[in-house]
Formats: sequence, C-alpha cells, structure tokens
Amino acid sequence: MGLTPDAMLRKLQDHLRDYLSLPVRITGNMPVPERSFERSRNQYNSTRILREILRETPADAIKIVGIIDKDLCIPILTFVFGEAQLGGMASIVSIARLRQEFHGLSPDDGILFERLCKEALHELGHNFGLIHCHDRECVMYLSNTVMDVDRKLSIYCESCDAALYGKTEPWRM
Amino acid sequence: MEPKVNILIVDDEEIVRESLANWLEEDGYEVEAVENGARALERLPAKDWNLAMIDLKMPGMDGIQLMDEIRKVRPDTIVIIMTAYATVDTAVQAMKKGAYDYIVKPFNPEDLSITIRKIIEHQKLVKENIYLRKELKKQYRLHDMVSKNHKMIEIFELIKTVAKSSSTVLVQGESGTGKELLSRAIHMESPRRNAPFVTVSCAALTESLLESELFGHEKGAFTGADQARSGKIELAKDGTLFLDEIGDISLKLQMDLLRVLEEKEFRRVGGTQLISVNSRIIAATNRELTKAIEEEKFREDLYYRLNVISVTLPPLRERKEDVPLLVEHFLERFNIEMGKNVEGIAESAMRLLLDYGWPGNARELRNVIERAMVVTKGKMILEADLSLPQAPGVSVSDGRGKSLSEMEKEHIRRILKENRWNIIRSAQVLGIDRVTLYNKIRKYELKKETVLNM
Repeated sequence: MGLTPDAMLRKLQDHLRDYLSLPVRITGNMPVPERSFERSRNQYNSTRILREILRETPADAIKIVGIIDKDLCIPILTFVFGEAQLGGMASIVSIARLRQEFHGLSPDDGILFERLCKEALHELGHNFGLIHCHDRECVMYLSNTVMDVDRKLSIYCESCDAALYGKTEPWRM
Repeated sequence: MEPKVNILIVDDEEIVRESLANWLEEDGYEVEAVENGARALERLPAKDWNLAMIDLKMPGMDGIQLMDEIRKVRPDTIVIIMTAYATVDTAVQAMKKGAYDYIVKPFNPEDLSITIRKIIEHQKLVKENIYLRKELKKQYRLHDMVSKNHKMIEIFELIKTVAKSSSTVLVQGESGTGKELLSRAIHMESPRRNAPFVTVSCAALTESLLESELFGHEKGAFTGADQARSGKIELAKDGTLFLDEIGDISLKLQMDLLRVLEEKEFRRVGGTQLISVNSRIIAATNRELTKAIEEEKFREDLYYRLNVISVTLPPLRERKEDVPLLVEHFLERFNIEMGKNVEGIAESAMRLLLDYGWPGNARELRNVIERAMVVTKGKMILEADLSLPQAPGVSVSDGRGKSLSEMEKEHIRRILKENRWNIIRSAQVLGIDRVTLYNKIRKYELKKETVLNM
C-alpha cells in the first residue's frame, strides 16, 4: 500500500510461496486510506486500513496481506507492527518500525527483509486461525519490540506448523 | 487444555472495540465487545469474565458506575479502566473503587501484554489456591473434626475403615479431646448413618437410674414406674449406642452390660421378655481402664469385649499444630451460627493460644473462641478478646507450695462460686464437660455454700 512493487516485495512473494506451498500474487498498489490517518498521533489506524483492504480484496483471494510503509497504531496502543483478523481474510504489516533507521541505525535491507518475512508469516498465521505461541522462537510468538522480532526464527514451531498445515490444505500446491 | 480466558470490552467507540478485540484475540483470548454499560450488564451472566476493560467516559453509565455494578454481580472479575484523558482524581477514584489498573490511551503494547498476563496468572493462582485448600481440608477432615496431626490423621483413616463394620469401639482420651465427636463420625461414616445415634452419659446417673436408662423398664418395675419405657439400648435399634464415661459404671452394671455384649439380648428392668440388640456399641472414657482393672474397679472381661477396636485421642497439647486449624474451623462455624463476619485472629492472640497448655483440650479452645467472637468488636480476634485462665487474683505466688490437685480444687470452687453453681456455665468456663465437673465435685467433696440473700 502506497508502495511500488519492488524487489523486496517480489522476494517476499517467492518466500511465502515456497515456504507455505500456496499460490502468492502481488495485487496492484492500493493508496493509503486517508481516513486512517490519526493527525494527533501522526500514525495510521490499522483497523481502518484493514476495513479498506477487505473492500478491495479480489474474489479469488485465499487471504490478503497489506504491506505498508506507514507507522501503524490502534486507539489503545502506541503502535502495532501489524494487525490481523483472527481466522479472517485480511491482515496488514507495517515495515516502518522494522527498518533499522527507525531505531537510529543505518539502513539494512537484509535485516528488513528478514523481519518482513517474519511479520507477514505471523499475520498470515492469524488469518489461518493461529493464536500467539508461547515458544519464543516460533514466528507466532507475540512481538512487542523489534528485539522480539529478531529473537524469533522465521519459521513456525512444530505445533503451529502442524495446525497451519491442516488449515492450508485445500489450496496447497 | 487450558481454560478459556474471557475478556469483556466496553467502549462507545466502535473502532476501539474492534481494534482491541482483534489485538486480544490474536493472543488467544475469548473477547466480546459492547458499546455501553447497559449492554455490558446484560452480558455479565453469560460467561465467567476474567477481565473487563472499560472506557471511563461513555454516554449513560460511566466506567466507574459500571465497575461498581460489575463488582456487585461478579466480584472476581478484574476491571481495568481505560481513558484518553487522565486526571489524578479519576485515577484515584477508579483505584479506590477497586479497579485493578487505570490506563491512559494509548498504551505501550508490551506493558498491556504484561498487565493482562499478570492478571490471568494471578487469577489462576487464586483458583488453584482455593482448590488446594479445599483438597487439603478434605484430607484433614472427618465430619466435624479437623486435624493435620499425623496421629489424628491415622485415626481418621482407621475410622473410615472400621465404620463399615459393626465392631465395638473403645474411645479413650482426656476430657474435651473429642471422644463424642469421633463416635458420631464413626456413626456417620457407617451404613447405620440413617438410624439413631443414642448417647448415654454413664457418670451422671446413679446405678439404678442408669440401669433403667439403659435397659428400660416395665410398668411397676419399681416405685414410680407407672408405665413401661424403652431403654436407650432399644432406642438405638439399627443405629449406634454411645456409652460415655464407661469407666464410671458400677460393677453390677458392668456385669449386665457384658451379658448384653455377649448374648446380644437383654430384658427390661422388671421384664421377662428377651429383646435382641443389633446396635453398634461405642464406649468412651477419660479414665485409664487398665489401671481401673488393676484396682478391680473395672471388669477385665468387659474391657476386652469393648476394646475390639481401640482409639486413643491425643490431648491438644500434643498436637499444637492443630491450634490454628481448629481456630479457623471454629471461626467458620461460629461466623455461621452467630451471623458474624470475623475474618481471623491477630498474630499475638494466636501466639497466646499456641503457648497455652489446653487442659480442657479442643473443647476449651472452642469455648475460648466462641467467647472471643461474642466480645470482639472488629473483624479480627485480638489478645484482649481471649479469656485464658490466668484470671486476676490467682497469681503464681498463690500457688506456691500447693499441689496441682489443691490448685485445681481451689480453681473449681472459685469458678463454681462465680457462676452460682450453675454446672453447665461453670463447666464451659473450665473447658470441661458437665460429667467431668460432677466427677471433680465429687472427688474434691465440694459443697455449695449457703449464700444469704440480704
């Protein structure tokens, strides 16, 4: 959303397809909904964006993940890395806080890509009905900080993987 | 599987409800979100809500009012008040009224995760604690008796086993150790529980009265017997006959009782018809029967008849670890009986109870607690509420050079006088039963002094 499909998105497409064995495609660029902007906080309301994504979802989509370069929040929380409908259709991931430069460090595309993969797998997991996992290394572990994101691996733990495998069955390639 | 954690969100803004619900659901919580206090109250009975997250400012009922209502219906539900505009006043008010936390939007996600996990963990521990305490109590309990003393627990276990049989039981122990309670427990644990439990206090009656009390009599059996009457043995048909203070009965009655035990039948006083006996017999005494046998005051053959299963209850001074448990037990009971709400006992008061020797055993402790609960003004029993026998006027020096029995005699005389020879009241103060008091009055040859009413 608000991004031109670049090399990183295409790499993400390949990664998700290979890892999940599901067909993955990149939709056209969707503008960031203006209504989602929270002026007083200079952030974007992820719940409002999710609603917009749902409206634009192609009929044949299994699930849809929005990737955005804006800092996201919900009214009660200072920020969120992303948001998903549990067992639902749509989710969103923000790369704003996944960037090294957000934390005062030099940009690093490698690190950014790894974090993006983790958060995309995480939100997709929610869409397929997985809840947060107690295993700190599982990609479904709740990340409240970028350190949490870095600590976990970019894969599901055994039990989350088994649950996900069952849920993706009808569409697996 | 872990039980579901239910969270209720109450906020008039749809976007807040939706986003917070999404966020909590991702963590595996069962979430329901409603738009106002009235809807929240409607939903309260539906689930066992672990947590309610309530917006402070809402049209109609505000967050604090709603919290008050929730606390009435579901005191276990933890409430977090959320607000966009923090003021010290509202925060203080919310916390005072029992909110667990007061959070100002927006909140750091890590802090909120930790807060909620802490709440859930805390609730789990509380529930576990309640469960474990109940389990523990079950283990330490036999009907109206509680103990965690290993000897007592062994007795409880033994009772549960022997109760199923019809064997005669001999219960020994000092006054106030719970001989009758234990006998009732045997009855209640036995298949006879729906039949009568009949008590005979052997020491309180003269030989002829006790005879008629036990065996009943026919019309005209003796002067005054103007109609036939069933004795306690007959009344205990199919049930349990409890013979208290068996060590005090005369040699003649011992002989009669032995015959009943051996032949399982008897005749009423003045009667000819044989009546069969099928009740279980439990006998109790605070005397050392073996010594009484040596002194030829108790028949050895009767002793062996009675002593099929023998239980000796330890005195309270030998199971001091039970004092706190018994105190809690009596508190619970008297709270119900007196309609009070005494929550506990101050540490200093407990120390006094633990240091005391308890010559009157658990019964004395019960009386001390009962009295303390009558006089206490607060929610806790304090040192001042306890009346342990260290009455003013009897200083240690008064007792110098006197024997223990002289002291006892003097003490009993004084208590009797103070209570105008009301035996029941005096026995209560002394922490002994009526029968024991009669025995002591006889032993010390105490006599009521004539008081001139001027």
